[in-house]
This record gives sequence, structure tokens and C-alpha cells, in this order.
Amino acid sequence: MRRWYPPSILLWALLGLLALLALTVALAYQRLGAFNTPVALAIATTKALLVAAIFMELRERRSLIIAFAGAGFFWLAILMWLAATDFTTRPEFPPRQPGATISGAAGAPAG
Amino acid sequence: MSEQEKNYLTADYRLRSWFFTTDHKRVAILYFAGITLFFFVGGAAATLIRLELATPQGDLVTSDVYNRLFTMHGIVMVWFFLIPSIPTTLGNFLVPLMIGARDLAFPRLNLTSWYLFMGGGALTLYAIFAGGVDTGWTFYTPFSTFYSNGHVVLAATGVFVAGFGSILTGLNFIVTIHRLRAPGLTWYRLPIFLWSLYATSVILVLATPVLAMTLLLIALERIFGVGVFDPRLGGDPLLFQHLFWFYSHPAVYIMILPGMGVVSELVTCFSRKALFGYKFVAWCSIAIAAIGFLVWGHHMFVSGQSAFSALVFSFMSFVVAVPSAIKVFNWTATLHKGWIRFDAPMLYALAFIGLFTIGGLTGLFLACLAYDVYVTDTYFVVAHFHYIMVGGMVTAYFGGLHFWWPKITGRLYPEYWARAAAILIFFGFNMTFFPQFMLGVLGMPRRYHTYWPELQVWNVLSSAGASILALAYALPLFYLGWSLFWGRRAGPNPWNATGLEWQTPSPPPKHNFKTTPVVTRPPYCYTPEAQPQNA
Repeated sequence: MRRWYPPSILLWALLGLLALLALTVALAYQRLGAFNTPVALAIATTKALLVAAIFMELRERRSLIIAFAGAGFFWLAILMWLAATDFTTRPEFPPRQPGATISGAAGAPAG
Repeated sequence: MSEQEKNYLTADYRLRSWFFTTDHKRVAILYFAGITLFFFVGGAAATLIRLELATPQGDLVTSDVYNRLFTMHGIVMVWFFLIPSIPTTLGNFLVPLMIGARDLAFPRLNLTSWYLFMGGGALTLYAIFAGGVDTGWTFYTPFSTFYSNGHVVLAATGVFVAGFGSILTGLNFIVTIHRLRAPGLTWYRLPIFLWSLYATSVILVLATPVLAMTLLLIALERIFGVGVFDPRLGGDPLLFQHLFWFYSHPAVYIMILPGMGVVSELVTCFSRKALFGYKFVAWCSIAIAAIGFLVWGHHMFVSGQSAFSALVFSFMSFVVAVPSAIKVFNWTATLHKGWIRFDAPMLYALAFIGLFTIGGLTGLFLACLAYDVYVTDTYFVVAHFHYIMVGGMVTAYFGGLHFWWPKITGRLYPEYWARAAAILIFFGFNMTFFPQFMLGVLGMPRRYHTYWPELQVWNVLSSAGASILALAYALPLFYLGWSLFWGRRAGPNPWNATGLEWQTPSPPPKHNFKTTPVVTRPPYCYTPEAQPQNA
């Protein structure tokens, strides 16, 4: 019986994912200020693209399958977009006092 | 019996030939057995709920037991009956037959779906009988992740596992409809039932993973304290509601779209007319599936979501009513000047149109921000969604079951009893749920086992209706069961219907067709006018 060896591209993709995971963990301990979220999201997006292109083999598929895979991302965008209409426009409760700092507004006892 | 005379039921009598079958028709029967069991489990909980509500005092069960009863009713009915019912039974049986194929694209995956469904169901039933869950079927946080003392994780795991069965079924249908259509069966020659199932499958594939992920997050927060929904841990409880309803509102369309497909088949057949506005009805299924994803926030108008967001979701909720209304108008126009026959399936179809319209119109009330605030969490909402899910979907399921029963079993059911059951279901249903609209407007909140004494009249009416409904739902079990042994044998096409499934014997042979059929005509050629001029 012939032994089956995984294609090298799968191993490279796996290594890539592990490297990105390490990067995620490492960056979690770094203070990047406003860049924290964009960097984390960029790494996560790269991971998702690696999985879609290599493990799901979308890079060599026909347009119909690409369309269905794209629909998944499109629907994810709908979820994030419409949920964001709430999260980005929701008023703070309790309302922030003029001149108060963010840390002061977050649960500090009144008076 | 010769090989040629054997059908899928008589091909092999061994038990293992059923539990390891890859024949889509047998898998459909397995699903039928499963969902019937769950229907009566969920129904038993509903019976106890209505018994409790016959008096205002709360004297049958404690409030805690009552919480577990309505949770059990909701979880079992939504995930183990309403969502799988038409796709997995009628869909599994009919998709290959309607497109002229030997089986679904992935027969083994189909059987896997059934095992996942039953496995998930078994886990959930165990959770229920081991003490139950008190969160309601919606598993709202932070109650489900922090306060509840029920078997939340176990029940959620059951739903999680069954969800994978749904995803695989949806995937199977999409691939089958794309790849295995008979020669000549173009998209616009497909029966509307298949358009509906296609739209349903798209929702199943795109939305169910979100539910799976959300239930997993509940388990992570409840067991390991990972802060996702709990504000003390940096989470947001409304995030749960966004994720949950992103699946669960489209899930309403997972339930109703196949029902609409069934009704389209019934209305044309029993009016002896082609479906009015075929392309509109077909594309409205797709439109409902797509727009249905944009309306989930109307479940959250009083949750604390922003006013701007509520406005957006309110507007989209009105928009999604348009394709549903188009369908209702087109069914009505199909009836116009038709040669209408009132056989049992048609009675169910007509009941569906009326009940779904009431459910849909009261849905518009709830899409109005101001009115929704007034009736949120009252019996008005309970009545509304039961008109859609039970009055609509369950009625359509019964209609479809009767319509294709001769094809599935090779036997005719007793028409008199079937008509009696259909009429009884219609009256029982309205008597159960119409008073609940009144209770809602009068301010009776849902999920309470006690209420003000002045509301007893409406509650007694509702409970009395429920007892009629329970009897009416049990009736088909007896006469359909009877027909299996003593019913008259059915020919290939007892309704003189169009469609490829009627061109093969009843019950169909194991591989459906002796030769692959070739389609040369549009669907629903019931009248000479509907025939193509150059066919």
C-alpha cells in the first residue's frame, strides 16, 4: 500500500497559521495603543484567507463555488455592519459627564 | 416479487437496511419518525402549559417547573420539529424525485445528517429529563451564562450538534439542485417547492454556523468564565442577542419557506391552473431568504439597542413583508377562475393562506417601533409567531404530508377523516391562538404561570382550543397509520398532478426512475393554455 503524504503547501499553510498564532499571542502583551485592534484584525483576516485559499482549496475552484464562499463573507459583513449600527450609535449609560475621563465614567461610584 | 416490482420499502426488510441506508427516501422516513416523536414531546409540554393557564392561580406546577416546561416546548419544537420538518422529510424524499435524479448528491452525508439530528435530539432530551433548562429557547445572557441552574450547556450542545445536521442537509440540497437536474429541467422549469428548498438551504448553510458559534460562546463563558457576554468580564449581553437573532430570525424563514413551497404545489394542483406569476413567486423565495437576514434587530427593540439601529431594523422588517405578500397575492390569483377541489391537502393550503396572512399582518404591527414597545413580551407576540410557525408551517407540513402520502407509502388515506382533521385543526388553532392576541393587547406577559383573574375567560378559551387542537393533531396519526395497512393502493399519480415525482410508481423503486426523464415543458401545465405553444 502506498503511503499518503500531505502536500507540502498544507504543511506550509499550517506553519503559517502557527506563526500567526504566535504573533497574536506576542502582540497581546504589547501596548500598541490605537493600533491594537487593527493589527489583531489584520492577523485574523490573514489567517482566515489562508484557511479559505489553502485548506478549503478555494484558490483552484470554479466561479460558482467561489461565489458561495464569497456569500459567506458577505453575510458575515452584513452581521457586522448591522450589528455596528447598534454598537456605534448606542448612547452611553450612565451618560458621561462633561469633562469626565473615560476611566471616571466606567463604573466609578457617584459622589 | 420480481426485482422490478420491488420498491424502496420492500427492497430489504432488515433493520440494518434502514439504519445504514443511503436511500434518500428511507432517510426521509427515518427523519419522519424522529420529528414525529419530537412533535409529541413538545406537544406534551404545550398541553401542560395550557392546563396550567386554565386557572389564574398557578396551581398545577411551580413557577420554576413552568419555566422548564416552556423552555422544553420551545427548544424541542423549534430545533427538532419546525426547522427540520419539511426539508428533512418531504424535502429529502422529493428533491431527487422532482429533479429526475437517483438520489441526493451526497447520500452518505444525508444519513450522517440524520444521526447528527438524532444525536443532538437525544442530548437535548436528556438535558430536559435530567432536570431541564429554565432559560427559554432563546438562552438569553447573562441568565443562561451566570444565573440559570439548569442544564444549559447540555441542551445547547444538543442544539449545536443537530445544527451540523441542518448545515449538511442544506449543503446536500444546494449541490443536488445545481448538479443533478434531469436534461431539460432548467431553473424556470423547477417546481416552486424546489426554489423554496433552495432558498431555505442557503439560509441553513449561512446562518446555522452563527448559532453554533454563539452556543459555543455561551458554554465557554458559563464553564470557563471567558468574558464575551458578561459586562463584568468585559462582554456585552446585547452581543448575544445580535448573534442569536442573526440566526434565529432567518430560522423563521427556514420554517416558513418550505411551507410556502408546499402550498404553491397544492394550490396549483387543486385549482388545475398554472401558478400565477411563477417567476415572481420563485424569486420572492430568494428575496425572503436574503432580506430575512437584515431584520433581526426587531427582536431587540426594548433591549437597549440604539434608537438609530432600531429604526433601521424596523424599516427592513417592513421591506421583508413585500415578497411574502407577493406570494399570498399570487396564490390568490391562481385560485381565481380555477377548477378548485377541496380535498384535504387543499383545505390545509387554504388554511395556510389565511393563517399565514394573519401572522404576517400582525408581524407588521410588531415591526412598528411604537406598537412593539407596547406589546413586547406579551401574548400578542406569542400569538403572532404561532400563527406563522404553527398556523403557517405546521399546516403546510400536514398539507404536504397528505398530498405526497400516496407517493411515499403507495396507499391512499381515508379522505373523509383527513378533511375532518383539517377542519378541526383550523378551528382548534384559531380558538387556541386568537384569544392570545386579545390577552397580549390586554397586557398579559408571556412566560408567567399566574395572571390577573379578569384574563381567565380568554385563557380558558385558549386552553379549550388547545385541547381540540391536540385531538386534531393526533387524528392523522391514527388514520394515516391505518392507511398503511388497509388503505386503497395508490396509482403513480392519484391527483393527476404535474411534476416528475408523479411519473414513477407509488411507492417509487429504489433508484426512482427506470430511465432518466427528459423535461420538455414548464411546470404546472394543468390547462391547455398553460402548455407551451411550441412544445
